[in-house]
Amino acid sequence: MIFLYLFLTFFKIGAFTFGGGYAMLPLIQKEVVSLGWMSNETILNFIAVSESTPGPFAINMATYVGQAMGGQYGLWGNLLGAFCATLGVVLPSFVIILLVAKFFETFKNSRIVAGCMTGLKPAVIGLIGSAVISTGVTVFFPAGISLAVFTTVEFLSALVIFALALVLALKKVHPILIIVISAILGITVGYLL
Amino acid sequence: MIWKLFLTFLKIGAFTFGGGYAMIPLIQREVVEQNQWLTDEDILDIIAIAESTPGPIAINSATFVGYKVAGFFGAFCCTLGVVLPSFITILLVSFVLEQFEAIKAVQYAFNGIRAGVLALILKALINMYKKCPKGWVSYVVMAAAFIGVAVFDVNVLLVIVGCAVFGLVTSLIAEKRCAK
Repeated sequence: MIFLYLFLTFFKIGAFTFGGGYAMLPLIQKEVVSLGWMSNETILNFIAVSESTPGPFAINMATYVGQAMGGQYGLWGNLLGAFCATLGVVLPSFVIILLVAKFFETFKNSRIVAGCMTGLKPAVIGLIGSAVISTGVTVFFPAGISLAVFTTVEFLSALVIFALALVLALKKVHPILIIVISAILGITVGYLL
Repeated sequence: MIWKLFLTFLKIGAFTFGGGYAMIPLIQREVVEQNQWLTDEDILDIIAIAESTPGPIAINSATFVGYKVAGFFGAFCCTLGVVLPSFITILLVSFVLEQFEAIKAVQYAFNGIRAGVLALILKALINMYKKCPKGWVSYVVMAAAFIGVAVFDVNVLLVIVGCAVFGLVTSLIAEKRCAK
């Protein structure tokens, strides 16, 4: 039952992501890729789409993966898959916040919550770090790592685009503009070389 | 009132690109300045809560604002409102994407885009690192989480729970020492 799996997988992702945004990436990569639902490349492509469309990354991702997986059952499958995955990723947040809002003062002053956060904040950084590594492998070594790869046009052009994009990002250029520039460079390299 | 909450968060959902923290200034303008449902202080509480509970910041803040203003149904309508624009946009976009995927130029474009996205993720990582409180506990947890997942392929959920427990234990010990 793909729909139940979608719901449960995204429920798990929603329940264990702290910090929002890209903090969700390591979990999505692990769960979605290891289940064989999508490749790392497809996820990366979609991150660009998610940055260029409105709405939170988590919802965009859940809707996208859900519709893709449900698609095998036709148009209604697309819709139901998207619905199940999105409901799954939203539900843990929704229920937990309702509880927290009820016992707000206790939660706010809780030493236990504060203590857990001192471990969770750096943990998310370590996790995103590992996502950067696995993403880097996908970008630079799509066909596996070997000495010959380092001199290929694909590797060198990816390296140049990455370096340029990083400089622009650190200069606080808008992400959508960076994506557009990367796309233009990608097309240019593809047709010229 | 509930209808207005729904519409407000529909607007917030439709006009936030990148999600999460990008949404906070919008929430503040709509909820505090325009409608005076909450105060600036409430917004600070909301950020603190959204950060220390699991789930996307956008959902956490929408649910929290909705509940504070109008109880359960408020929470429900705000959350629905913030999710709906994303949901519909992505459904439409993914159909379009499917049509264009096979085109050579689109594939070339995505080859470039993937390298750009890697830079965006790295930038997000650098920002988060700058904001994170430093200290030996932080560095140990960062390194352990990174090596655990990147090298030894430890289950991510296990890493998250483990790091939370480690943070809790070390901070309780530090507190006890201070008390003595």
